[in-house]
Amino acid sequence: MSQKILPQHPLEKRVLIAGYGEDGSWTLDHYEKNYRGYEGAKKALSMTADDIIKTVKDSGLRGLGGAGFPTGMKWSFIPKNPTRPVYLVCNADEGEPGTFKDRQIMEHCPHRLIDGMIAAAVAIGAKSGYIYIRGELRLAFERLAIAIKEAYSKGYLGENIFGSGKTFHLTVHPGAGAYICGEETGLIESLEGDRGQPRLKPPFPAISGVFGGPTIVNNVATLAHVPGILLDGAEQFIKMGNGTARGAGTAVWGVSGDVQRPGFFEVPIGTNLNVMLNEICGGPKPGRKFKACYPGGSSSPLLKADEFDVPMDFDSLAAKGTMMGSCAIIVIDDSRSIPELCMRTARFYSHESCGQCVPCREGTKWTYKMLKRVVSGEGTKSDLETILSACNNMAGKTICVLSDACAMPVTSMLKKFPEEFESLLIPESEFKPELPKVSGQLGMLIDSIRERQKS
Amino acid sequence: MSEAYSFSPDLEKKFQWLLSRYPAKDAVLLPLLHLVQDDAGWLTPASIEYVASRLELSPARIREVASFYSLFRLNKKGQYVLQVCHNISCYLAGSDKLIEHIKNKLGISENQTTPDGKFTLERVECLASCGTAPVLQVNGWDYHEELTIEKVDQIIDSLKLDKFAYDEYEQRISEGGVA
Repeated sequence: MSQKILPQHPLEKRVLIAGYGEDGSWTLDHYEKNYRGYEGAKKALSMTADDIIKTVKDSGLRGLGGAGFPTGMKWSFIPKNPTRPVYLVCNADEGEPGTFKDRQIMEHCPHRLIDGMIAAAVAIGAKSGYIYIRGELRLAFERLAIAIKEAYSKGYLGENIFGSGKTFHLTVHPGAGAYICGEETGLIESLEGDRGQPRLKPPFPAISGVFGGPTIVNNVATLAHVPGILLDGAEQFIKMGNGTARGAGTAVWGVSGDVQRPGFFEVPIGTNLNVMLNEICGGPKPGRKFKACYPGGSSSPLLKADEFDVPMDFDSLAAKGTMMGSCAIIVIDDSRSIPELCMRTARFYSHESCGQCVPCREGTKWTYKMLKRVVSGEGTKSDLETILSACNNMAGKTICVLSDACAMPVTSMLKKFPEEFESLLIPESEFKPELPKVSGQLGMLIDSIRERQKS
Repeated sequence: MSEAYSFSPDLEKKFQWLLSRYPAKDAVLLPLLHLVQDDAGWLTPASIEYVASRLELSPARIREVASFYSLFRLNKKGQYVLQVCHNISCYLAGSDKLIEHIKNKLGISENQTTPDGKFTLERVECLASCGTAPVLQVNGWDYHEELTIEKVDQIIDSLKLDKFAYDEYEQRISEGGVA
């Protein structure tokens, strides 16, 4: 069930997945003996909440789930004297195509996540926390459940944690297969036992989230970075990354698709994409050349092979018109058809649209259908124009960003590889749509009108 | 009419434990439906009625929620549900060929069940196994990664003989004391 063990590449710097591949890396014993286990949580308990938030703010830690929002700032939005219980929720609903980094942390180093969650809970004053994990990831679910049990038995979770008088209860909560539950308000709805349909904001979760209480939702990798930051200080964390507070620390990237060595690699933020693909992942398959890649999961606009010379950090990728997203690189070589991939991308979003906003529900569906027609060789020039206009009418016009996540890659593929789409088209004059068959009186009426039009 | 359903003593214990973990009763719904589905094979009408009565919700509300999530089965399916990912990374690694192979081998098309009720074949979206694509998931949790045609044959052949990882899984569950 578990993935094969890849040896550490010399350019890798393992913090989040430190201990990966070692026997029993998921046990509390192993974590405490080798990786300063729970020292971060203890350090947090010796600090004031404001000091923890300040340290995390200074470290430049940003959300690694996709949006890259500064973590310390998010925490500071929790009201100072809340009237309702505060909750900490870990977003482990990793579902973005191409992404498999959180799974590795949870399967191999679950205690690091719990360690970080205790520290975060102290900072925001939460007495309960939940890890919302994808229902499919049973091994990670089990490992977390075992890890939580171990932590309870040691007195690290529950009442009076580490003898500090503070309380923190943690529960791992399985989702049930819905991509949209990775959106934080969709996740909150789902955690409350509802359909995972995102909520209108404001109010933001930090004011009113799960069970009506102020809530912080953070990604697995983000929370797992907290112990290291508290122990080694903000400056050390900035040094680990690209040297600025805008791209501090490391991240685990998942690389899949057409490379020699796909897998996941933890490198400093700001590592060059070319270095990642050619040195760490061994370059393209024999006899092939890179054509493009999705640099941040399937919702990120594509980069063409001549744009690969870019540092992988939030700002540099944004400057190229794409994003770091969920640290998932899907590589495409010259043997692949872009329209086919475009159709599959749109199919995913049309399948996962929760259906509450019309532009998304209809837009993703029709985008997929039109792309399917183009790929099957029956599309016309006007289909491409309609797809672009549908994408334009989806982005930014819905409650959550799922429609943007569909529109961005589709638009980028149509704009960057127009020739591949055009080569599949047929002339407008050859387009003969099949007329729908209608039965009964209405059908007879339609038939008579058509007859009249012919004559 | 389907048979009546009620929690076994073991499931009742897990249900009470779940209730103790959340400030609101509704929140246990997803984890509880997972447990019920594992127990009953799928979410039978009787089990939905029963869960509704225990949570003091209407059966329609349970169905409304369950139908939103792809892991919940509201219809009877095969004993082994084979789900092959067809998203980008798996497609690049050749998942379409695997699906064709399974179709030919079992003599069914997608979303169909073999006449003996053993296998159902489905296409699913990303399973977070992109680095080890293509991936096949059996019954919603048993991952088989880096598949080849030979590996798929082996998996299906051993499933035909009911040789499955259940024993090992049960053991790990009991060690972990999952909810």
